[in-house]
Amino acid sequence: MTWAEFWIVLLRVVLTFGLLMVLTIINVWLERKLLADMQSRIGPNRAGPFGILQTVADGLKLFFKESITPRKVELGMYVLAPFLAVIPAFLIFMMVPWGAPFTIGDQEVTLQGADLNIGLLFILAMSSMAVYAVVLAGWSSGSKYPLIGGVRATAQAISYEAALGLSMVAVVMFTATQGDGGTLSLSEIVNRQAGTWGDVIPALEPILRFVPRWNIFPQIVAFVIFFIAIVAETNRAPFDLVEAEQEIVGGFHTEYSGVRFAMFFLAEYVNIFSMSAIAATLFLGGWNGPTFDGVVPGLVSAILPTVYFLLKTYVIVFLFFWIRATLPRLRYDQLMTLGWKRLIPGALGWLVLSTFVIAFRQFGLPWS
Amino acid sequence: MGMFSELWKGLQVTGGTMLRTIFGGSELVTTQFPKETRQKPQRFHGRHVLNRYPDGMEKCIGCELCAGACPADCIHVRGADNNPDNPTSPGERYGYIYEINMLRCIFCGLCVEACPTEAITMTHLFEMSTTNRQDAIYTRKELLMDPSGHVPHMFPDETIGDLAELESADGWMRATAPSGVAAYEGVKMWRDTPGARTWDPEPGQDEADRATGAGEEDDG
Repeated sequence: MTWAEFWIVLLRVVLTFGLLMVLTIINVWLERKLLADMQSRIGPNRAGPFGILQTVADGLKLFFKESITPRKVELGMYVLAPFLAVIPAFLIFMMVPWGAPFTIGDQEVTLQGADLNIGLLFILAMSSMAVYAVVLAGWSSGSKYPLIGGVRATAQAISYEAALGLSMVAVVMFTATQGDGGTLSLSEIVNRQAGTWGDVIPALEPILRFVPRWNIFPQIVAFVIFFIAIVAETNRAPFDLVEAEQEIVGGFHTEYSGVRFAMFFLAEYVNIFSMSAIAATLFLGGWNGPTFDGVVPGLVSAILPTVYFLLKTYVIVFLFFWIRATLPRLRYDQLMTLGWKRLIPGALGWLVLSTFVIAFRQFGLPWS
Repeated sequence: MGMFSELWKGLQVTGGTMLRTIFGGSELVTTQFPKETRQKPQRFHGRHVLNRYPDGMEKCIGCELCAGACPADCIHVRGADNNPDNPTSPGERYGYIYEINMLRCIFCGLCVEACPTEAITMTHLFEMSTTNRQDAIYTRKELLMDPSGHVPHMFPDETIGDLAELESADGWMRATAPSGVAAYEGVKMWRDTPGARTWDPEPGQDEADRATGAGEEDDG
């Protein structure tokens, strides 16, 4: 590795991290503000313009607070759990390409933390790791409400991760037909969503030339299942049984305070953003979009892909907030029913169906 | 897909409210509290005040009925004989110790009802937080209005509320019939306090009920 390569890797990791941090801080404020709007309230408006620095103020406050350690905790796990929550949250976003690649000199810079060829598997692995943080935090707190939260987290994560994975498989299989062989790399999945459906299906070209070649159109069922599963995976309302303030105090983070609590809080919002970014990448074409090369100045068309990516991501993020403001929390048995009796059979059925369609298009009818 | 249509109904409510809030037209249910304050109801039970007559005499006669009526036992009164040459109150005695522990007070207003001379009433002031338990015990010094009708505030420099609210001292008394007579239309049932704070008699409960159509059902 040359020095130039080293600096570019460093630069893109730092850029990705910085983007994620800034947007997470804004997201916390945005959620509070939007929830306030949906409930005819004012919302945070004191710190900074429109109260946008409210999160910074809250974060600083939490950093100066004492991190209380209750007497009966399992100290090692108790201290480790917040880090286990934060680190996978950040690592997940490192896989997401958030802008079009460009070249400096002879070096190509991809706007992405790391372009792993097993990106999707890595994401699944990391989101499973994040569950350990919740479970270990609940267990190590040595208190009943965190324990209940932790136990709920195990059951919830197992139920919904299956649906999450199955809906991803459908997308991966579909993506394999869209280019040269299968891929799990997110940048390659984004590349295969470039253009419009008119390029793929010439027969309907006049209509489909305006429809972008996003996976959501052929894979709409997978998208719905994926979205429900990521809401459950990030422990957000209506699937926030793990926290469930009204039932089990704060759930797994009941016994956490100060900076350790801040880490759980940060991890939750980082997860919302990175999961939305993955949804935008897998289903909404990532950073793809018209760049108007030559029409607008070069700098603008260089920034436009990032803008498209953020717009698509924020549509999903807004859905998170909107649903949180609308739906009451599911009962535990309803959560299990939805997971095992609706989502997993639905995802499996869709997987089989889309497999048949792919096989038919590739090989024709089995008897022909 | 009944589930999704129900979901969409709910989303419409929240989304519609959001758009109305952002683009105006929807009235906010919250206010910027320290900056804007809300008009409080006339019978608001705020902190207490000890009233005077317009000639400067104290209304309190030290009878301790308020202390007896208090369900929270937060009032401590001791009466003392008036000096015949320079009386503090029109009666024989006056309350020379009058203390209310605001940490124990439940603001039920039974003291106001018990008072035979309308000496103790409630204001509209509710910002009474202190950093010290001792400061929460209000004594004569804090409770008694001065002869001009001005009600002292415990922390005049630190208050975030509207000090003018202290001036509507006998709001509670104005809104009720102290003698317990239901039909008191046009009858001024209370005695004035100093300052410009004199009010006309209010319409009685009967008339108010006829106007609004209320009164039939028991609204608790």
